[in-house]
Amino acid sequence: MFTSVLRSIWQVLKHTFHRRETILYPEEKPYLPPRWRGRIILSRDPDGEERCVACYLCAVACPVDCISLQATEDEHGRRYPEFFRINFSRCIFCGFCEEACPTYAIQLTPDFEMCEYERKNLVYEKEDLLINGPGKYPGFNFYRVAGLAIGGKDKGEAEREDPPVDVRSLLP
Amino acid sequence: MSSTLIYLLNVFGVLIAVMSIAAGLIFLERRLLAVWQDRYGPNRAGPFGLLQVVADMIKIFTKEDWIPPFADKPVFILAPAIIIVTVLMSFTIIPFAPGIGVVNLNIGLLFFLGMSSLGVYSIVLAGWSSNNKYALLGGLRAAAQMLSYEVFMGISLMGIVMISGSLNLRDIVNAQKSLWFVIPQFFGFIVFMIAGFAETHRIPFDLPEAESELVAGYHSEYSGMKFGMFFVGEYLGITLISMLIVTLFFGGWLGPFLPPIIWFAIKTFFFISFFILLRASLPRPRYDQLMAYGWKIMLPLALVNLVITGGVLLAVG
Repeated sequence: MFTSVLRSIWQVLKHTFHRRETILYPEEKPYLPPRWRGRIILSRDPDGEERCVACYLCAVACPVDCISLQATEDEHGRRYPEFFRINFSRCIFCGFCEEACPTYAIQLTPDFEMCEYERKNLVYEKEDLLINGPGKYPGFNFYRVAGLAIGGKDKGEAEREDPPVDVRSLLP
Repeated sequence: MSSTLIYLLNVFGVLIAVMSIAAGLIFLERRLLAVWQDRYGPNRAGPFGLLQVVADMIKIFTKEDWIPPFADKPVFILAPAIIIVTVLMSFTIIPFAPGIGVVNLNIGLLFFLGMSSLGVYSIVLAGWSSNNKYALLGGLRAAAQMLSYEVFMGISLMGIVMISGSLNLRDIVNAQKSLWFVIPQFFGFIVFMIAGFAETHRIPFDLPEAESELVAGYHSEYSGMKFGMFFVGEYLGITLISMLIVTLFFGGWLGPFLPPIIWFAIKTFFFISFFILLRASLPRPRYDQLMAYGWKIMLPLALVNLVITGGVLLAVG
């Protein structure tokens, strides 16, 4: 018993000369992997349009109900959110919204430095969330690959999409 | 006149020094524990985080000092005062250096043993007056633990008393001029140190406050500066036991080249760090293991040490 006690004391004492594991944070930034789930952003497609089609899936998936938005349509029939609001004082950064999003619009970024002195400043509006880039999915444009017809792109004109088949005609 | 002044200077000097050491230990313990866990510890407030002591003190002084309505109020208030008083009384007998020290008591060692026994009252009364089952259990454990470890704490010191022929700590230090008592009284040293850990109820003998099973033990219901008194009392206890180990076994102020008080401080610092090292490395034993360890190993060891010391002294003459 005594030898094991002395041994553990010696083992602990040797730690005096070990490397410190602490990262002295404000002076020394930790490495955050690209998939780190931090501050949420709304990305744009390669043409610079908003990717979000206001399908509400993120708001439904959100376990803490921190996302609220209102869908609307522009003159081409393209859906977009009239407002898009994330309350980061509620957000738990689970990433479910990112998983639910069918258009890769909502994405989580490796950034957590978003402290505020007032709680209300943690409510981010669409202007605060939108970034000027496609985020993690550079080439993806939802309306370019979707079969949905919008202004300037009819059915069958999407990428790798055949023209629609007239099911009432017998001709091949 | 001047002797009165020197006396007052001694009293207040010792009081202030001891209290500031106890406060500084809060910082030292956190830094050293951090070092042994590969962390840095508090290093933000002031140079090397030294102002952390001030921050901690401001915090604990301004916290709400709450007395639970179900507590026995007078006893509840009295209990934390007792531990501070008894430990500070024990410091009066410590000879820091020739000429520095509060009293030169010819029953010094006995006085220390008496005061450390009285210290149990603080914890038992705190546990009792809190009117809380966990606090009471902590108090019960403290009583049983300190009573059983005090038995051989006294016995382990008798070897020294026999060799030096005095209970006066200054005489004991002077008797170590040729050889520190740690060599002839090695087992006495081991037993006294372990009993000292138990007396200050430090890890690994912190069963009275065992966080994992008793919330915080006897001080569960205490807050604010009343809790702070127990806290400071514990650190004062560490300082006291370290100083006693130095005085009794490691030649007190004796040492070459440096002034006596510096030697005393260096040795004391070493043992305080050892206290903290043990906290960093050892787990808490089970309660029955603690009791069995005390009665079945330490007590016989102390008695055998006493008998052998007495026999050798008789043989040598």
